[in-house]
Amino acid sequence: MGTLLTEPVAPGTAPLRGTRGRRPLRRDGRAGWLFLAPTLIVLGLFMVLPILMALWVSVSDWTGNGSPFSSRVNSVGGDNYAALLTEPGLTRQNFATSVRNNGYFVLFVVPLQTAFALFLALVLHQKKLKGRQFFRTAFYFPTVTSSVAISVVFLFLFSSTGTVNAALKLFGVDGPSWFADPRGIFHLALGDPANPPSALVGHGFLGLSWWDWLSGPSVAMCSIIVLVVWTSTGGFMLMFYAALQNLPPSVDEAALIDGATAWQRFWRVTLPQLRPTLFLVLTLGLIGTWQVFDQVYVLSRGNPANTTLTPAYLSYSSSFIGHQWGQGAAIAFLLFVVIVAFTLVQRWALRERR
Amino acid sequence: MLPRRTVAAFAAAGLLLPLSACGSGFDDSARPATQQAGPATLKVMIAASGGAELKAMQDAAAAWSSAGGGSKAEVVSANDLPQQLSQGFAAGSPPDVFAVDATKFEGYAAEMLPYGDALSYKDDIYPTLRKTFTRDGKLYCAPKDFSTLALAINTDDWTAAGLTDNDVPKTWDQLKTVAQKLTTGGRTGLVFNDTRDRIGAFLVQAGGWAVDADQKKATADTPQNLQALTYVRDLLASGTAKYPKQIGAGDSSEAFGQHKASLSIDGNWLVGGMKKDYPNVKYRVVALPAGPAGPGTLSFTQCWGIAAKSKFQEQAKQLVDSFMQPQQQLAFAEAFGVIPSRQSVRAQYEQKFPAQSAFVAGADHAHGPVTLGKMDPVLTDFDAQLQQLPGADPKRILQQLQQNTAAALGQ
Repeated sequence: MGTLLTEPVAPGTAPLRGTRGRRPLRRDGRAGWLFLAPTLIVLGLFMVLPILMALWVSVSDWTGNGSPFSSRVNSVGGDNYAALLTEPGLTRQNFATSVRNNGYFVLFVVPLQTAFALFLALVLHQKKLKGRQFFRTAFYFPTVTSSVAISVVFLFLFSSTGTVNAALKLFGVDGPSWFADPRGIFHLALGDPANPPSALVGHGFLGLSWWDWLSGPSVAMCSIIVLVVWTSTGGFMLMFYAALQNLPPSVDEAALIDGATAWQRFWRVTLPQLRPTLFLVLTLGLIGTWQVFDQVYVLSRGNPANTTLTPAYLSYSSSFIGHQWGQGAAIAFLLFVVIVAFTLVQRWALRERR
Repeated sequence: MLPRRTVAAFAAAGLLLPLSACGSGFDDSARPATQQAGPATLKVMIAASGGAELKAMQDAAAAWSSAGGGSKAEVVSANDLPQQLSQGFAAGSPPDVFAVDATKFEGYAAEMLPYGDALSYKDDIYPTLRKTFTRDGKLYCAPKDFSTLALAINTDDWTAAGLTDNDVPKTWDQLKTVAQKLTTGGRTGLVFNDTRDRIGAFLVQAGGWAVDADQKKATADTPQNLQALTYVRDLLASGTAKYPKQIGAGDSSEAFGQHKASLSIDGNWLVGGMKKDYPNVKYRVVALPAGPAGPGTLSFTQCWGIAAKSKFQEQAKQLVDSFMQPQQQLAFAEAFGVIPSRQSVRAQYEQKFPAQSAFVAGADHAHGPVTLGKMDPVLTDFDAQLQQLPGADPKRILQQLQQNTAAALGQ
């Protein structure tokens, strides 16, 4: 995770390098490498090597029996990637479905959790707020609780006769059977037409029609979205809260003297100062949401109708259940590419404009 | 040019790669495992349905261990059997003996010792179970036990609706009629899970199935299957049948036990579950009604796999033999409600567990599951389509299943 963030540059690094001579640098370098060696070995053994092995598996026909480097394992080139991206069939369709589902998941979760986290942090930051300690703990509590335990609680809340539907009934709304409803909410907003426009159904991308791409998250996925927003907001709130505490009050006071309204002060003064934290929260949010797995594993395993299938879960099920290890590894690497791409786009969008 | 530290990191990784590849964990699995005689410690892995099953297995293993020979067997229950087995095979250290689910059988066959044909009691095993675990003419493993589907009836609802013994449904039409009569405001007539493992029974009753007998050809898009799915769709559309999740239950047993439905298509695990969780619900179990092609139900089974890589295959065979003894099979049946896989204990079993007789009777016309691992995503997709009944078009579901199956079988 951390490797994708901009590394903080230690102050004073650049001038030091300039003043030093070449020979002492080399001697220091040798000692440095010696001290680094244990870390390098550990990282190599437990990070670089497994990643390289997975990369090999993703272009091989390994069946999960014995070593992937044995002589019986052959390279299949880009076949595993081709099955996911270019060859028509169930594999490509499932992959596209998982990307669509996760795309909507990211689209809803990241803005929601960031906005809620910022809102809660601002509330906590109010000087007048009493019992701040209590609220800080209360808001953070879901984040420290095991995601599996929370998922099980949500299973009860969102069961078709559960608390959520009971509450909806008070308002005369007949709640859906949340985890069994595969209908996309955008389709539902359109009245779930029986005959969708043929221009959208007839054409598509990656084996999924445009109509399917535009379905929106399913009702089942929405309950997972609610769950994840609820659990992750607390952690991000803490980051915003820490950043807010560190802002110099004088800037805010200066704006106040200049006659800025509360809204202007937030929008023009506080928020720009929070940019580094915002970047951190969005990046962590993007990475975390593209990797969503535990909740899917516990709650739905991709059901109903594959609408909660995510690439991370598909990678797991292809490998461990379907014995298609190459394909599972290929999905993992494609997911990696997607995450890097999204992070770069986000970094570009939030760059400091001069 | 790359920064020096990057180069160094790659160099370090490059050094490590061949080093670890020579390590003991990376032996070439093409070599057969050297067999060791004498006392062994066998690892046995199952996916226990609950504490009762695990304890019964551990007791049986302990009995075998103390019977002489000096070998010992340790039974563990996996949280996620496919995952843990996969890890074992990948690492080259699988458990010696493990439970293999029929639906995953083909995926493991390459890593299993095909010992079934040498069993002295081979012909005593139900033919449908033997067929499930046979591949290329070889019986790979001893079927552990099995379960079938039948129809559970809530007897209080049944009499309250004015139904008698004569109304027990024998045909699809009769099933529809009684389900209609049993559907009241707050209660659904019939409930069954939304997967191929229940709805597949209707396919069998109509004379269809997803693949042909040899699992070489896709046979999904047939009039028989269409008839079955259309019937199921109509049941669901009329509201006389519902999926468990539509009425707020995790599965059909729960819906039946919580009295949200009066009829349920279920396996014989229902008997144990009802006794434990809903002891006050009065019910009886009858055979599933016959379809246009006659009676039909599904069987679910596991077998005792022995790892091809095990160093103690002889000892493992002896352990499996002890698990397969008639008295031991009856003991397992008593402990966790499965049906023995040997026909010779059928009479004894039925006498001891009369509530299970409808399930045992199903063995005569039960259809085993698809055992090809590569069909797994295809059938998962089929399930996904079935979940959308009654809104979906049965014909399109079957066409899609046909197409995907054909692709998976390489037709």
